Amino acid sequence: MSESTSTVTPAATAPRKGGGRRRLSPPVILLIVAAGLALFSLVRVVSGADDLTSVGQVSGALQLAVPIGLAGLGGLWAERAGVVNIGLEGMMVLGTWFGAWAGYQWGPWTGVLLGLVGGALGGLLHAVMTVTFNVNHIVSGVAINILALGATQYLSNFTFAEAPGGSSKQSPRIEAIDRITVPGLSDWLGDLQGRHWFFVSDLAGVVGGVLTNLSLLTVVALLLIPATWWILWRTGFGLRLRSCGENPVAAESLGVNVYKYKYIAVLVSGALAGLGGAFLAIVSTGIYQEGQTGGRGFIGLAAMIFGNWMPGGLALGAGLFGFTDSLKLRGGAENVHAMLLLLAILLVVALVWTLYKKKYVAAAVSAVCAAVLFAWYAMTETLPSQFVDAAPYVTTLLVLALSAQRLRMPKADGLPYKKGQGK
Amino acid sequence: MKKFDRDKVLLGIAGPALALAVAFVLTTLVLLASGLDPFGLYDLMIQEAEYPDIQVLILNQTGTYYLAALAVAVGFRMNLFNIGVDGQYRLAAMLAAVVGAAVNLPGPLQILLVVFVAVLVGAFWAGIAGFLKTTRGVSEVVSTIMLNAIATSLIAWLILPANLGEQLEGSNDLTTGVMAESGWMTGLAVEGGNIYGFTFVAFALGVVYWFVLNRTRFGFDLRATGASETAAQASGVDAKKMVLTAMLISGGVAGLTGLPLLLGQTHTYSFAFPAGVGFTGITIALLGRNNPLGLFFAALLISFLEKASASLDQYGYPKEITTIMKGLIVIAVVVSYELVRQYGLRRQQQKVGEELAAQARKNKEDVAA
Repeated sequence: MSESTSTVTPAATAPRKGGGRRRLSPPVILLIVAAGLALFSLVRVVSGADDLTSVGQVSGALQLAVPIGLAGLGGLWAERAGVVNIGLEGMMVLGTWFGAWAGYQWGPWTGVLLGLVGGALGGLLHAVMTVTFNVNHIVSGVAINILALGATQYLSNFTFAEAPGGSSKQSPRIEAIDRITVPGLSDWLGDLQGRHWFFVSDLAGVVGGVLTNLSLLTVVALLLIPATWWILWRTGFGLRLRSCGENPVAAESLGVNVYKYKYIAVLVSGALAGLGGAFLAIVSTGIYQEGQTGGRGFIGLAAMIFGNWMPGGLALGAGLFGFTDSLKLRGGAENVHAMLLLLAILLVVALVWTLYKKKYVAAAVSAVCAAVLFAWYAMTETLPSQFVDAAPYVTTLLVLALSAQRLRMPKADGLPYKKGQGK
Repeated sequence: MKKFDRDKVLLGIAGPALALAVAFVLTTLVLLASGLDPFGLYDLMIQEAEYPDIQVLILNQTGTYYLAALAVAVGFRMNLFNIGVDGQYRLAAMLAAVVGAAVNLPGPLQILLVVFVAVLVGAFWAGIAGFLKTTRGVSEVVSTIMLNAIATSLIAWLILPANLGEQLEGSNDLTTGVMAESGWMTGLAVEGGNIYGFTFVAFALGVVYWFVLNRTRFGFDLRATGASETAAQASGVDAKKMVLTAMLISGGVAGLTGLPLLLGQTHTYSFAFPAGVGFTGITIALLGRNNPLGLFFAALLISFLEKASASLDQYGYPKEITTIMKGLIVIAVVVSYELVRQYGLRRQQQKVGEELAAQARKNKEDVAA
């Protein structure tokens, strides 16, 4: 009995402790977003890096964020059901290959569908190994990454190499998916952004970036985030699925078929990663290239951890990582440099907050870091692009190191489960 | 008791044998499905391996993979998953090459210095993950994945001519400059080429690994902590310290991985250094079951697959088939080990049950009599 009470107590006190943090009402969220945008605007005005919130920047960031976000969503589905999925990268590779293979022959939407199927095949293999055979989840993921890479390279020799315009490392061009641009509005917002007014132009840039040159597949991907939240947190199916990740033995005792839910979750996980891969091939580049995913499956995993195993946080993480990517790709060394100032200002905010909370050690650390960043900003002109490459990973490590106590992953994540083990 | 041991050995061999057979059958099926003659391919690979120069290539590759696998295996024995061997190895090889090019000590000292730097860098990079795990509870799997990616960026930055690297005349390749000649390690010249000196060091380390893990108190503590952290803690082992130590050792060994190539052949670090060695090390550690001899044969097998397939393209076989083979081997290996383990457990339970039943029957008869 003592065991059951001890598991209840923290759950009962947790909402009270974090009550102020969890219940964010819509106006408060809007206010925070506005404050964030104002901060961006301030940095833009001070540093003169006007491309920071331009329409092109935001729309580029969105396009780069989508594959990361889809991979992260894939990770979320699997881990919520208690299966760690390191094989996301491999499943994404399968998605790029299958998406391109079907895409160049039968049109982009068939490609999207086959990309989903390809990723799901990887998911199926992962499910068979981890759920049925109880193989260590990490080992299985590593194996899938190796196998997916070999399989796609091998298959390219028989398919793309023989197609006109393709080679063993590259597919023929895939027809593009329709893009939408809201006619008058996009131009008007672009104009407004061009004026470089404080705040107004930045808002116009962000809204314009989301409304300009938007691929239909991006819309689908964006909708998947609230859809995932709704399915996992607002339906009975989702509750049962999450219960498999928190406490499979308890779920089993309530009549949940844990194996079935784990299988579904891992299949969906693979399909989402596959969709991310298909997006890379069909929308981002219009072509399959060997090594195209470039570790995005791992960045997706990082975004999911950054977001504390929640869809909203994951979207924020993916957006952040996509934004740093786009800053670098657009070649704006001064934009990247301006991010140092933004970080420094954020640290000053953290400093004030920690002082207010009377956490003097944390305050001292923030103060030192802020000072270093300010000095770095003032003394240099540009930031090496390699540092920007590493930014998502360093951010994730820092988040893990600094807030490991606040992060909460599913309780039975990565643990083996056998039917009837609780008896 | 003795009979039970024999069963255990048989089961131990059954795992890999079953796995290799399954992987072989699956590869054959893949080849048949793509309209290729599988036995022609196997024949070609075996023929290829009969050339002495290919044999030397295989042996040298085995040394490199053996080190990577040892690094992974040290972690595995402690229930730690060091996915970061790849990053640790590349960063260590790079910085060791930089030091080797900058310093010029007499003969053996120079080699010792390079080795020392490599171990230190590898251990440091793995130590970050170990530190985060022990102090902040961050999973080493996630942190080492992140550290791999960070190492890639860090190397790309460090190797810029403005920092530690050099650009060769008339080429786009960036290197770290040629190391002082006193740091070139002589190898064993045989028919077909030169076996790197460090390859032998690698195999010697396998003996050290066996001795430390199985014949010292430290090794016992390490294995005990890996088997059950709480039990080890109860018997007076500082589990956190063990985690950090194991991670440091694993990283140190990972740091050595690049040295056979660096000391024996290239004498400089460049982007031509193979990536993904750490992941192959995981494959080998799984296949070889963390046993030093098993690791050797596993490393030999994987090196054979890689090196004997280099010229397959000429004969109309895509050489990527060996990557598929590698993937299939890992999958077959882990599944078959799990099945064999479960079978062994069931068998053991059955046996104990039978013995207990026999005991009970005998007791009953005694009472009746």
